Amino acid sequence: MRLALSAFLVGLIFALGLGVSGMTDPRKVIGFLDVFGAWDPSLLMVMIGALAVYVPVYHFTRAWRTPVLESQWHKPEATGITRGLVVGSLLFGIGWGLAGYCPGPAVVSLMKFTGQPLAFVLAMLLGFFVARRLPWS
Amino acid sequence: MEPLIRPLLGGLMIGFAAALFWILNGRVAGVSGILDKLTWDRPEGRGWRASFVGGLLVGGLLLRLFDPAFLEGHLQKTIWVVALAGLLVGVGTAMARGCTSGHGICGVGRLSKRSLVATMVFIAAGVLTVALISRVGVL
Repeated sequence: MRLALSAFLVGLIFALGLGVSGMTDPRKVIGFLDVFGAWDPSLLMVMIGALAVYVPVYHFTRAWRTPVLESQWHKPEATGITRGLVVGSLLFGIGWGLAGYCPGPAVVSLMKFTGQPLAFVLAMLLGFFVARRLPWS
Repeated sequence: MEPLIRPLLGGLMIGFAAALFWILNGRVAGVSGILDKLTWDRPEGRGWRASFVGGLLVGGLLLRLFDPAFLEGHLQKTIWVVALAGLLVGVGTAMARGCTSGHGICGVGRLSKRSLVATMVFIAAGVLTVALISRVGVL
């Protein structure tokens, strides 16, 4: 219950941050990626801001034996630069440049109640399933 | 300066949310992985994942209430192009085990080599895609 409550709160703050930052506007995202055209680097501040909080917190808590609500840390176990990592990130980047949405902003944008975010999210969920059938992922 | 304040403030909020998730639940706030497992995995762990997604959606509603302009932007693209993009993002983030949040913020924040590579690759691929589309003028 406490895990679900904190996850809800985190999702909520995350969504507000995405909205305030401009990440939910695909035109801004395309502007950020348009380095060789009318480049709008302002979304770089999103990553700088997020890392400015996350990096010190992560390194400060490295000495902790467990997180506050759980009995163990769930740090991703995968290591090594695999083909799946590189090819997958390549496909992700192409899709991101095509529609201006990455997963978080797309879900928040469902609340636009328009067709594009819905089509994007449904296709993305299908994509997750397809990836599970691929032998090399 | 003004156009930089909002992205910075939003970024601080995103970083705060991700840091809170790490401290409390000990997990990476990776949206693609949470959605993938919530949709296609066995029931265990569905509770907190559904709550996280619920938080994203309620957050979206709150944004609308504060200022509808937060949720207005969209591109002049056909629904099929957007769906194709969604499919690529789904397959790609599942293969790479992470997206902008899990790799770009949490992973880079841990100085994970995998996440640094993933983030450079997906940003480069996005930049090239946008450049190609604006040159060739398709999609």
